[in-house]
Amino acid sequence: MTEPVEHLFRREAGRITATLVRIFGLRNLALAEDVVQEAFCRALEVWPFKGAPDDPAAWLMATAKNCARDALRRARTANRASPELAEALGSEWSLAPTIEELFAPHEVRDDLLRMMFSCCHPRLPETAQVALVLHILCGFSTEEVAAAFIKSHLAMEKRIARAKKTLAGAGTLFNISSPQDFGARLGTVHRALYLLFNEGYHSSSRDTAVSAQLCTEARHLTSLLLGHPLGRTPATYALAALMAFNLARLQARLDTAGDLLALADQDRTKWDRGKIDEGLKLLELSAGGVDLSSYHIEAAIASLHTTAPSLAATDWPTIISLYDTLLSICATPVVALNRAIAIAQAHGPERGLEAVHAIADRDRLARYPFYSATLGELELRREHGERAREHFEAALALTRNSTERRFIERRIRACSDVRPQLGKPVA
Amino acid sequence: MNEFVFLYRTGESAMSPEQIQQTLPKWAAWFQALSGKGCIVDRGQPLQRSGKLVSKTVTDGPFAEAKDVIGGYTLIRAGDIAEATELAKGCPVIERGGYVEVRPVMKLDM
Repeated sequence: MTEPVEHLFRREAGRITATLVRIFGLRNLALAEDVVQEAFCRALEVWPFKGAPDDPAAWLMATAKNCARDALRRARTANRASPELAEALGSEWSLAPTIEELFAPHEVRDDLLRMMFSCCHPRLPETAQVALVLHILCGFSTEEVAAAFIKSHLAMEKRIARAKKTLAGAGTLFNISSPQDFGARLGTVHRALYLLFNEGYHSSSRDTAVSAQLCTEARHLTSLLLGHPLGRTPATYALAALMAFNLARLQARLDTAGDLLALADQDRTKWDRGKIDEGLKLLELSAGGVDLSSYHIEAAIASLHTTAPSLAATDWPTIISLYDTLLSICATPVVALNRAIAIAQAHGPERGLEAVHAIADRDRLARYPFYSATLGELELRREHGERAREHFEAALALTRNSTERRFIERRIRACSDVRPQLGKPVA
Repeated sequence: MNEFVFLYRTGESAMSPEQIQQTLPKWAAWFQALSGKGCIVDRGQPLQRSGKLVSKTVTDGPFAEAKDVIGGYTLIRAGDIAEATELAKGCPVIERGGYVEVRPVMKLDM
């Protein structure tokens, strides 16, 4: 029995659910989910005895089609068909061919986009949009979404249930054939995919394998956007480029023990050349328009990091000016902090510290462990070991998982290697 | 050697697509281990969840939603019930909240 590719079931669940929602209508989302569950459980009942089919994805889809047909036949009068398709699905002679047509590959691709745009309903908070995308389109159970976001299962269940209600309240699926509507919603979709990717990349999750999956899923959904003429915008290309550059470095950010490595300590030969080239190609394609999104700038910064031969040989002046531009588009303290780090690289830790202290709303960084860690790093670099240690200890108290904790602990140990400075005021 | 039937009673707890995918190789490994020990007489068949209940009347059932539905069966060879029970313990159906019913095949040696 050959094994299906990793996470195949998860991805197929998203594809099949999206198409079933089109068939049953948005108000019957729960029915669509039940049918997927029924079809997938059948695999669990049949495959152990008969062996896995040659094409597992096709088997799952065919089984889901049968289950969907049965569900529609069981209750003709129960409003189980979407209003637009009720007529075609209501009569026995057109039922099967209609379902067959709706499961054609190009239809399924469009269904995924319809669902993606529907999940990014502007009335939903961003966190709910991202949770919904992960749950419905990526086939994560509510429990798995909760684990990925380190929320309690109950809290996530409530959040997703509320979001589904809002979704159903929209009445119909998002209309992706209207260029105006598509363009108006696209920014929200970008943002949700960006947040999904970052959730994985900045790994507030305990489990690094789960984190990597969030990144891969976000990248996959972004490539679906690129597959649609209206989704193929400069900003989408830029977002995809940013993801490719970061994915290239994903594995090298951890050492063999699974500990987080600082940029300076990463083995650059372990960066994925293929993904970097892909990122560069996407970045080039993103230059096709007049609008400059934050994704463009973030991708440009990431490209300079990933193509630099070493930390010292990085084009820091350009990176600083890119951060200046980024600040003018989205002035967040985290962006300002990253700019300060680039300044420290280019002009030394003192200038870096000045830049950190000049961050206007840096009190908003108070709970962010890498704010204190940055201060610690810069103090350490100018050999103020004791002061560095205090900052790192503050950072340690704010860490969100064991990976971050071990990283900061190692930095604290590094502080002991710095001898006390002569002339340093005695505390 | 005695023969036993394993009846797989599926549990009720919902599984995520990922959990389902990860359970499949466990079934394959479990069957492989059984056959490696020479314990399988007949791997058996999966059973559909719906059918008919025939008594003095005929009704539909068991229902798809019902728990404890027999999902399939296997014919096993083992020394005694204790050994058969031991073999059943690793069955992946248990993870799903289901269980294996181990039933000795009645011997008629008269």
